[in-house]
Amino acid sequence: MNPDIQKERERATFTAEQLTYVLDGGRHKTKKRRLMEKIIFHDPDLQCPDHSFLSKNESFNAATKHSIMMEKKIQKHKIKSDEDKAMFRMIASRRKDTISLPVHHLMFRPTIVGQGTEEQQRKWLPLIDNMTVIGTYAQTELGHGTFIRGLETTATFDPKTDEFVLHSPTLTSMKWWPGNLAFQSNHAIVIAQLYTKGQCHGIQPFMVQLRSLEDYRPLPGVTVGDIGPKMANNGYCNGFLKLDNVRIPRENMLMKYAKVERDGTYIKPQSMKLAYGSMVLLRVAFTKTAAEALASACTIAVRYSAVRRQTEQTPGGVEPQILDYQSQQYKLFPALAAAYAFYFASESLNNIYQQIQQEIKTGNIASMTPLHVISSGLKAFSSDVMNCGIETCRLSCGGHGYSHASGLPGLYGRATALCTVEGVNTVLYLQVAGYLMKCASMAASGQTLPDLVAYISKPPEQQWSVRNGTDIMNQAVSAYEHRAQRLVVAAAQSLQGEMTAGKAQHEAWNNSHIALIKAAKAHTHYFVVKCFVNFVRSKDLITPDNVKSVLETLCKLYVCYGIHENAGDFMQDGYISGEQIALVTNQISGLLATIRPNAVALVDAFDFKDEILGSVLGCYDGNVYQKMYEWAKQSPLNKDEVHESYYKYLKPMLQANKSKL
Amino acid sequence: MPVNPDLQRERESATFAVEELTHVKDGGKGKTVRRRYIESLALNDSDFDWSDRSFITRDEEYSLAVKHGILIEQKIKKYNITDQEEQNAFRNTVMRKRQGNAIGLHTLMFIPTIKGQGTEEQQKKWLPLAESMQIIGTYAQTELGHGTFVRGLETTATYIPEKEEFIVHTPKLTSFKWWPGNLGKTVNYAVVMAQLYSKGKCYGVHPFLVQLRSLDNHQPMKGVTIGDIGPKFGFNSTDNGYLGLDHVRIPRTNLLMKYAKVLPDGTYVKPPRDKLAYGSMMYVRVAYLHMSAEALAMACTIAIRYSAVRRQSEMIPGEREPQVLDYQSQQMKLFPQLATAYAFYLTQQKTYQLYLGLLDDLRKGEYSSLQDMHALTSGLKAFVTSAMSNGIDVCRLSCGGHGYSHTSGLPELYTMYTHFQTAEGENTILLLQTARYLMKCAGNAMSGDKQTGQVGYLSDTTQENSNIKSESDVLSFEELTNVYKHRAQRLVKEAAMKLQTEMSNTKQQHVAWNSCHIELLTAATAHVHYFIVQAFIDTLKTTEMADSARSILTKLCQLYAMYGIHDNAGDFLHDNYLSPHQLSMVTKQMVNTFALLRPNAVALVDAFDFPDGILASTLGTYDGNVYEKMYQWANHSPLNKDEVHDSYKYLQPMLTSKQSKL
Repeated sequence: MNPDIQKERERATFTAEQLTYVLDGGRHKTKKRRLMEKIIFHDPDLQCPDHSFLSKNESFNAATKHSIMMEKKIQKHKIKSDEDKAMFRMIASRRKDTISLPVHHLMFRPTIVGQGTEEQQRKWLPLIDNMTVIGTYAQTELGHGTFIRGLETTATFDPKTDEFVLHSPTLTSMKWWPGNLAFQSNHAIVIAQLYTKGQCHGIQPFMVQLRSLEDYRPLPGVTVGDIGPKMANNGYCNGFLKLDNVRIPRENMLMKYAKVERDGTYIKPQSMKLAYGSMVLLRVAFTKTAAEALASACTIAVRYSAVRRQTEQTPGGVEPQILDYQSQQYKLFPALAAAYAFYFASESLNNIYQQIQQEIKTGNIASMTPLHVISSGLKAFSSDVMNCGIETCRLSCGGHGYSHASGLPGLYGRATALCTVEGVNTVLYLQVAGYLMKCASMAASGQTLPDLVAYISKPPEQQWSVRNGTDIMNQAVSAYEHRAQRLVVAAAQSLQGEMTAGKAQHEAWNNSHIALIKAAKAHTHYFVVKCFVNFVRSKDLITPDNVKSVLETLCKLYVCYGIHENAGDFMQDGYISGEQIALVTNQISGLLATIRPNAVALVDAFDFKDEILGSVLGCYDGNVYQKMYEWAKQSPLNKDEVHESYYKYLKPMLQANKSKL
Repeated sequence: MPVNPDLQRERESATFAVEELTHVKDGGKGKTVRRRYIESLALNDSDFDWSDRSFITRDEEYSLAVKHGILIEQKIKKYNITDQEEQNAFRNTVMRKRQGNAIGLHTLMFIPTIKGQGTEEQQKKWLPLAESMQIIGTYAQTELGHGTFVRGLETTATYIPEKEEFIVHTPKLTSFKWWPGNLGKTVNYAVVMAQLYSKGKCYGVHPFLVQLRSLDNHQPMKGVTIGDIGPKFGFNSTDNGYLGLDHVRIPRTNLLMKYAKVLPDGTYVKPPRDKLAYGSMMYVRVAYLHMSAEALAMACTIAIRYSAVRRQSEMIPGEREPQVLDYQSQQMKLFPQLATAYAFYLTQQKTYQLYLGLLDDLRKGEYSSLQDMHALTSGLKAFVTSAMSNGIDVCRLSCGGHGYSHTSGLPELYTMYTHFQTAEGENTILLLQTARYLMKCAGNAMSGDKQTGQVGYLSDTTQENSNIKSESDVLSFEELTNVYKHRAQRLVKEAAMKLQTEMSNTKQQHVAWNSCHIELLTAATAHVHYFIVQAFIDTLKTTEMADSARSILTKLCQLYAMYGIHDNAGDFLHDNYLSPHQLSMVTKQMVNTFALLRPNAVALVDAFDFPDGILASTLGTYDGNVYEKMYQWANHSPLNKDEVHDSYKYLQPMLTSKQSKL
């Protein structure tokens, strides 16, 4: 092991292992995860090539092969529960380009469970589980994304044959982007506008067969293919789909909610609120994914910064580890704190979800909407922060961060997709804001608000009471609460002002976008801070005091950094003064120094195996340079000492020029 | 195909003459004409293969980059492009298309280093060989374990007087040269930076000409280990390389000896103090400003045209979906970036003038403004490249999912240009260099020594509160400049004071310095930001242009300044220089400006004048037929060659084994 990184591990004030248990949710879970990792990483059938060196075509082939092998192994090891299967796939795919059939497992199957009748589930689930039917979820179109009411694909009921006719009427109505759609799926759930008896009833899900199970050729009327290379995830094929009057039986519409009867009568669904549940879970999962992606980036950058030495501080002195530079700490430690914050926020959200599920069983659905709203906000907020955070980590590694050897470009390329999938972040913030505005007017008319938004109706505080550094943690939540409250009210006033000035509602709304998005972010930020603070101070947190104390330091950094970065928001109404801001900024320097000796242990605690990190800069043993060289030698350009382009282009030129002399 | 009607309407709604603004951006009509001529030579020459690189392998990409690299130099001769700037513009066309040039470093670094550091005799020997491309070279400085800190390099060149030779050697793995462009597979020579040892003493880093590959068969020379460092975020057509040297012998005369010399007996002759060398470093940094402005302008062009074509969500129930460019949230993403791109173009023009002035001074032996300019260009390079990189990503994300596809051109634009942040001086280190100079000047100013040049404001008295009284005051260039000036004054002085306190606490200069990094970076950023606001305003005032162009540029300039205030509100509220009320007025005026810019948005990106051939983006095409072109592009994907993909061989066994169960 590299001696510098060894020393880092020895000087930590806590045991990384203890913190790993906290992150995993208990020691037994850590054990289980590691056992699975051991099985997978030692299985020669489940090794995967470094996709950095493959063409898109090779990468896609390798990923498909790997996915099938994964399913075989799941059967072989008799892994039964959905949760365990998901964990197996997650680990086996190394969170890298190797994942090939996620949509089948994560979207296609859950949609049938969530939207299919019992009879439909009985028919399809066995076929899906034994992978006879491989499917995808086809919603977005070439010309239509987040706004699903705008989709153009139609499903028209033909009572004569008891069939739906699925059709893409225009170029812009082609399905575009669904994962696994291009070549792997033989079925898809196609979201289309339902027409029956000449009337449109909005979008509904339809099960459509795309390819023959005999020879896998597309069925008549089906045009399907790959949409081309992307920023990353090229081992994973996104597809396009054009349907030319494709007929499917009536019972292929998923009818748990809305129904179409034999004669074409449309039956409206009852409340759709319950369907939010699966969306909440998906967004909790996204927040966790964002946390893990950011944590991976931090692991790579912090370990490398402990190994890398640069620039002498005193003439002739030894070059210090770059992790000793305050500017480097200032880049990395806030990102590290944010990664922890998102772990705990997704955990809390999950707990709230479970609680609310109980409430729903007793018929109380009041909390469903605020829960759905905070999950939307959290997906947007965490992926935004992650997006910048990964880039900060990459840039903190200097030139080497730019090489795929570091793993960071690939990590960024894959993770940044979180900002635009499943609802573009801006649109999600505006949805959050829409709900907050409703709450603001309810509060104004004296109605009680659900827990998650109750703060909006509190009487506002005038002044932050912090006098010195030790007060901060006790007043952290109230600072963020105050900011959220003020910005929600400010957005509501902006809307009101526009309306009073005679603007139509949609215009007023559009003219207030900036204020609305600010309010939504502040609301979410407040939630994250509250989760983090409650978590580290919770009586239920059973872990040694030295772990608690290091978490408290991280939490305080998260709090202070957020105030420092958004100082204007807190100062705008005089709630926090210039002196208090200076106090907070000063605290940050101190916190960075406190975290410094624990930095490597804090990333070790994430417990990402080298196989998962896929980074030579971030390897556990710190033998960075040796591994970089080994990695570079594998570059296909190095196959021959003299590249073929020499014979084709360079040699003729060099020789022609030589004769001229 | 006819132009998309939405885009057509946008162009008709513009209130200024696009062509006029193009001239301003280029620095004059004459320059526009020449630029277009140079671009068209490159784009219309059928010897180049401009087909989309998204669909080929890295190996194919590299081969193409070799072919193009050679062609570029041949075409420059053929078309008789003799002006240095224009030659670079011709070469740069390739980079702007995100295509590769595998011998780019030969003309960019190798030849200039021989010119700058070789004696006349050395130039006479090597330049004809290099210019006629009998030898192809690169510049090898950074090592696996050593980057920005040049004194830390480990490669050695030890002089052996008996043979009149240097032995060039990389003693450890960490001393392998790592990253130099074109090094891996293409070049046969390099200027290698190494620690010079003579008579048992080390004299620091010097440049040595080393032959790496045989001129007959391109095999590596004895003792030379060389290869490609592997795929990267961007620039994959380039063979960035590694180089290990095992006691490679070169003649004494291969040390470039314009400055330092080693005599045959091994006596080291110290160079005279050389300040001219700073000049070329600054030149590269000023060039980065221009390339960054262009990269951001390309991203804006793509995102704004697409936002005019893309329609989404209904604002009014039942009505047609609006263009996404109509959403305030979309304007908040794109218009500040648009203003920033213009700010950087005009700042570059101003900086280039200052640079030319400095060169004049240096030639006259007048060095007084050297440090001031060096500090400014270092900070500018850092500020501009990081704003550009973030800005491209904002533009990409504003295109929703489609921005993620290579069809948009945005991923490649980002991955290619983001490397400006770490190349040629890592940004944080550059800002700290700027800060070091500022701290010195602040100290001098506080002790009453009047400062001049870019730091002159440190000697000015500070105003306590802004004079802004009304919303129209917010638009006043004078008031906007004052706001930035005050912020820079305050943050530089606060950093200096903190540094002083830390010094008296710790007594160790480097410890004190390290504990103030946060404040130092903030101060340097504020200094540069202030300069950009001034430069934008100055260039706008002093450049001749049509009234309609001036009026729209004025709005962009105001927007740039107001957005910076809005975005860094805490800095201005901190000491009550701006009151909360004044800040609200700034935000309000910023939003008002959006409305004025909206009908001009497409014309403003048209004025950047990127031909489709350079933009290489289906989302950003001039005619706006986005969806047709996306579909055509997707059909080129090699995976679509067969309706049933090769990988069916993995699916089939699984499917057929279960078929009976259906």
